Amino acid sequence: MTKEHANWSPYDNNGGSCVAIAGADYCVVAADTRMSTGYNVLTRDYSKICKLADKAVLASSGFQADIKALQKHLAARHLIYQHQHNKQMSCPAVAQLLSNTLYYKRFFPYYAFNVLSGLDSEGKGCVFTYDAVGSYERVGYSAQGSGSTLIMPFLDNQLKSPSPLLLPAQDAVTPLSESEAIDLVKTVFASATERDIYTGDRLEVVVLNADGIRREYMELRKD
Amino acid sequence: MEFAPKQDQSENTVSIPVGGPIQRTQYPYVTGTSVVAIKYKDGILMAADMGGSYGSTLRYKSVERIKPIGKHSLLGGSGEISDFQEILRYLDELILNDNMWDDGNSLGPKEVHSYLTRVMYNRRNKFDPLWNSLVLGGVKKGQKYLGMVTMIGVNFEDNHVATGFGNHLARPILRDEWHEDISFEDGVKLLEKCMRVLLYRDRSAVNKIQISKLTEEGATSFPPYSLKTYWGFSSFHNPTVGAEGSW
Repeated sequence: MTKEHANWSPYDNNGGSCVAIAGADYCVVAADTRMSTGYNVLTRDYSKICKLADKAVLASSGFQADIKALQKHLAARHLIYQHQHNKQMSCPAVAQLLSNTLYYKRFFPYYAFNVLSGLDSEGKGCVFTYDAVGSYERVGYSAQGSGSTLIMPFLDNQLKSPSPLLLPAQDAVTPLSESEAIDLVKTVFASATERDIYTGDRLEVVVLNADGIRREYMELRKD
Repeated sequence: MEFAPKQDQSENTVSIPVGGPIQRTQYPYVTGTSVVAIKYKDGILMAADMGGSYGSTLRYKSVERIKPIGKHSLLGGSGEISDFQEILRYLDELILNDNMWDDGNSLGPKEVHSYLTRVMYNRRNKFDPLWNSLVLGGVKKGQKYLGMVTMIGVNFEDNHVATGFGNHLARPILRDEWHEDISFEDGVKLLEKCMRVLLYRDRSAVNKIQISKLTEEGATSFPPYSLKTYWGFSSFHNPTVGAEGSW
């Protein structure tokens, strides 16, 4: 007898794009605020960006229920860390924790495409990019989500990151100023919104630097 | 194969594994259709029809799909009715335990929504979902809240929400005509407009609407009523006028 197959899927893609760019002493994270399912828009006002620690901000797109659960899990672990070590987790530490958390569910993954960013212990911008099961890499910039295929090539062109194979090792962080990076991010989202149906409504930009955390919004096309 | 002892070929035979109930693929049996809800000046307005469909049969016509929860919330559910009733039992227990603390505090809509999200997500993780889309709205200390959870745990809050067909037919109307601090009368008219469109276009809708409101003072359920519909189009009176010979 053939086995009964489930006629519902435990996954859904709620769309959207996330981008992060690392600078010499700042970090820019941006994500759109549209949440969709299939061809429907569920809400135009949903934030994909979550502050996990003072110097670590997570932007995720994919299946919203998994992302919410993942963020809750990481926030809880961070609280425990603070109780045990009497300090905030550093960005590279959160990066490793996120990777391990994702791999833990290797055989029923969190359908979340993450970009973790913040400032490392030297105050330099850092961006870590992930796949759904936790493989990660520190990079100078990254894009994830439904618009990533439209955004990433443009960032490659504009940010000209040196090859990680070069010796001596060269810095991947961009020489752009903070305001130039923010402008680039806004441009990139305006373009992605044109062609990606799942990206749009509003852009949320979060900037981390030595002065703290700042948030900006920009309207995007709603069609 | 012929000479082997006869095996029970029925699909329902399964050996029970030790230490747990059998997980069965679920299909919804008795279902409710869309729920539509909006924030308005004094709180939340929620509308749903009173139908419980058994496949394509409109089996039950007095199903209350909107229920007050505690002092501050309204829950509307579409999808499998028995799962909705199960959720009401969970929430009963939750509210009871909350009351038993007797500390002057009570669960608000945000908390109930968060609880429901966790319940739906955890059931989805066990591959044994509660087949519902839930709308949770309420007011506490002047703060209005309106949220939605689906059967796989997708959740969000907004100024207006709908489930099922309501997402396709009602949300566009709400996006166009809803505005902040809409009055009670305008809110009801808006919901009636949405429910009328759903009645015309959703096969599983029944013409018996229940509207409930929730304000700081508490929940009020209005008596069910029917919407006026218009079927007097000339092409309905003489359907073959444009196609001679057909019937």
